[in-house]
Amino acid sequence: MPDDDDRIKPTEKQLKARRNRSIAIALALAAFVIIVYLGSLMKLGSSLFDRAM
Amino acid sequence: MALVERKYVDGRDGRLSEATAGDFIALLKPRVMSLVVFTAFVGMVLAPATPNPLLAVIAILAIAVGAGAAGALNMWYDADIDAKMTRTVGRPLPRGRVAPGEALGFGLFLSAFSVMTLGLMANWLAASLLAFTIFFYVVIYTMWLKRSTPQNIVIGGAAGALPPVIGWAAITGTVTLESLVLFLIIFLWTPPHFWALALFKTGDYARAGIPMMPNVAGEEHTKRQIFAYAVLVAVSGLLPSVLGFASIAYGAIAAVLGCGFVWYSWRVLKMDQGDRTMGPAKALFAYSLVYLFAIFAVLLLDGMISRIGA
Repeated sequence: MPDDDDRIKPTEKQLKARRNRSIAIALALAAFVIIVYLGSLMKLGSSLFDRAM
Repeated sequence: MALVERKYVDGRDGRLSEATAGDFIALLKPRVMSLVVFTAFVGMVLAPATPNPLLAVIAILAIAVGAGAAGALNMWYDADIDAKMTRTVGRPLPRGRVAPGEALGFGLFLSAFSVMTLGLMANWLAASLLAFTIFFYVVIYTMWLKRSTPQNIVIGGAAGALPPVIGWAAITGTVTLESLVLFLIIFLWTPPHFWALALFKTGDYARAGIPMMPNVAGEEHTKRQIFAYAVLVAVSGLLPSVLGFASIAYGAIAAVLGCGFVWYSWRVLKMDQGDRTMGPAKALFAYSLVYLFAIFAVLLLDGMISRIGA
């Protein structure tokens, strides 16, 4: 466990910037998931459902 | 309130990062990216195949992100010289908004991500071309040519000229003469565009130690080179019509736009040596942007009309 002296407290500006980055990463990942999902559907087409159960 | 151990803090000056998403978007060079997207889209529309619209949008996105990644890696490598030029001093790295390691990681990650996405969603020829474009821009142009030869932007221009070829390849899986003509137009357009800028930014480039043509060979030589390239640009702009993949109407408009390019370059050629305001060079720089956009916009319109008529 590190000493309290070894740790620093982020400023309001740093926390705000981190939150901004986190939201952007979340949105980018969500967009990527949607793109891959829809892209796969389009690319595979009907063959997606053409398999043995 | 979150506490962070010092060993995890960015080592530059003991501060946590204050970079916002906007700073990372600025690393992608959005203005360059918009031109890449536009020219790649024109390549796609002119290609003789009808793509799935969603897959075409994904391909465009991948090309845009790949171009942005190359921009981020360029800013990572060039942070030292960007800090010396008025045109680039406001970029995220010289301003200290983004750490070099962050820009490098961001650029490498997006490069791999964009190439893989294009390969999986379009085809591996297009993905290979995108990977080559990123490599050429970052390694051949940024790391090697930019600081070593006045021909830097002549050869390096190949990277900026490839997007329509990638767009074409993403749809057809081939590289053909038509797509290479689109490459040629942008390739020949790049030197007069950047040398016009270099003429009125010689101080910037001298401070940064970049051997741009006006700094190395002088203004008069640069003006002659600009004019020669302008003539070649005007001729290459006619090729789509001559080779039959654009209409006569396109050819007529391209001829007018090309004459404009030659005219603005002629004014630069005849510019008084003592003219420090560099009005004609600034006018050519502005017109060159209009020219490229207009040529590709007319090609796009022409391609769309011929598709509707087919």
